[in-house]
Amino acid sequence: MASQMVEIRWHARGGQGAKTAAMFLAEAVLSKGKFGQGFPEYGPERRGAPMRGFTRISETPIRRHCMIERPGIVIILDPSLMDSSAAGVTAGTDKDTVFLVNTTESLDATRKKLGVKGATVHTVDATGIALDSIGRPIPNMPMIGALLAVDDMMTIDELKAELVDKLGTKFSQVIIDGNLAAVERANKELVSA
Amino acid sequence: MEQKLVALSGNEAVAYAFKQAKPHVAAVFPITPQTEMMHKYAEFVANGESTTEMILVESEHSAMSAAVGSAAAGARTFTATSSAGFALMWEVVYIAASLRLPICMGLVNRALSGNINIHCDHSDSMGGRDAGWIHLFSENAQESYDNAVMAWRIAEHMDVRLPVMVNYDGFIISHTADALHMLPDDAAYDFIGKFKPNYTLLDPENPITVGPLDLTDYYFEHKSSQLAAYDKVPGVIQAVSEEFAAMTGRHYGFCEEYKMDDADMVMIMLGSSAGTAKDVIDEYREKGVKVGMLKMRTFRPFPHAYIAEKLAGRKAVCVLDRSASFGGQGGPVFMEVRSAMYGQQIPIHGYIYGLGGRDFDLKQVATVIEDLQKVAAGGAINDINLLGIRS
Repeated sequence: MASQMVEIRWHARGGQGAKTAAMFLAEAVLSKGKFGQGFPEYGPERRGAPMRGFTRISETPIRRHCMIERPGIVIILDPSLMDSSAAGVTAGTDKDTVFLVNTTESLDATRKKLGVKGATVHTVDATGIALDSIGRPIPNMPMIGALLAVDDMMTIDELKAELVDKLGTKFSQVIIDGNLAAVERANKELVSA
Repeated sequence: MEQKLVALSGNEAVAYAFKQAKPHVAAVFPITPQTEMMHKYAEFVANGESTTEMILVESEHSAMSAAVGSAAAGARTFTATSSAGFALMWEVVYIAASLRLPICMGLVNRALSGNINIHCDHSDSMGGRDAGWIHLFSENAQESYDNAVMAWRIAEHMDVRLPVMVNYDGFIISHTADALHMLPDDAAYDFIGKFKPNYTLLDPENPITVGPLDLTDYYFEHKSSQLAAYDKVPGVIQAVSEEFAAMTGRHYGFCEEYKMDDADMVMIMLGSSAGTAKDVIDEYREKGVKVGMLKMRTFRPFPHAYIAEKLAGRKAVCVLDRSASFGGQGGPVFMEVRSAMYGQQIPIHGYIYGLGGRDFDLKQVATVIEDLQKVAAGGAINDINLLGIRS
């Protein structure tokens, strides 16, 4: 039912892997006996353009196929999107919304930028972690690691097993190890109030 | 039977279903949002998981032409397209049905131009509603997969021998990762069976002519036999669906009946929006509002007698169309349903919604239910209403 459903909205720029993350997470939770639905919003498909992704996770089959208007969790992969009213990162949010922001700035500064009252805000330097661990500024998987610090939909070890499964046939061991290290670090380095 | 639970996009799910039929030939041309389906299929072939001969053509007109040639030669054949691609196939779409060729096609529903729009509505398939194909519609990735498995059995049934299109909503289904159960390859192929062509163009010992000139003397008789063929389709769809249910536990018919038993008010629609509607119907049911839904799976042949029977005695009925018929009396589904209800004194109204991918949200379903309640209480409403549009 709707009340048990976690609805996540991803805000990113084209090339940051939000589509992959939104869909991967939907797939990963199947191993936990949960149901997942993941989809991006398709518009102009170009690197750097603001884009949104959506993930629903539920204990029961997910039937609705509409956009997520009142997300429980908002994940922001590019902090510059908080400066753009057109990106709408706070649209449909309220005091119960949880924000996860990829940024090097402080919690206070981030909360101020978001301009939200009451909502829970967490930050993590996912791009820095990705650069260190994977060698590329792609913050998508580290943000899933960070997400698991605020929601127990699965454990970090379960996520890592799913990652190995997902990346296994396509990527080198170096990239896989980098991603595993990145999700682990982001999970530990999430900054919360 | 052990069925694997996977998360796949609708496009991937349909690619798997088609692969499991071991088709001999695929006619391939890209168009958004269908392209990803054939990407996936090309991957199967490149990895050696499928021996399907992929014919890469230069347009959709050629894709359907290649499919017709291939099927007439006696090969199990499929193709896929969307929107303008389907429109460009137009001439040959009729030929496929007229020649009684059991081609399967994925139609990933997308709006037609102009203006240019890549998102979902059903204008493409509705434009082809009179061409003679069987139209199956799908709510989600599971149903897209299941329909794509059953499509072969329906198309190739000796009493049918007609092309089948499996419709699923562009992006909303085609590009959404969704959980579904997939049959093992062997079980799927055992269910679908080996293709037995009626005849082949490639047998010089038994030469045949396909698609000759057919003028005022016999064309009409040939159309008469084609018209009669559709009478047998519903029975085959029912039988195939029952066999599929026995194997998978998933039940299909002409429509899914959702909370219909005691429903005073009924909404009718097809495609992904039905899933969204179910969530809101449940909310109103909790408040004691007796509302239900018929979600159409087969639009062609149109199950008119079934619809008339299911709607008898209701207090209000409405139909939601994700396409428009410009200058017509409402959308294509509305016209069919109202016609099926001829003689029944039940108020019926229609909506046009979701054109060009406009999100069909929970509020729109609530509006529909509130309208139905008004009508059921004797209130008036326009015959046709636009839903989810800026005022």
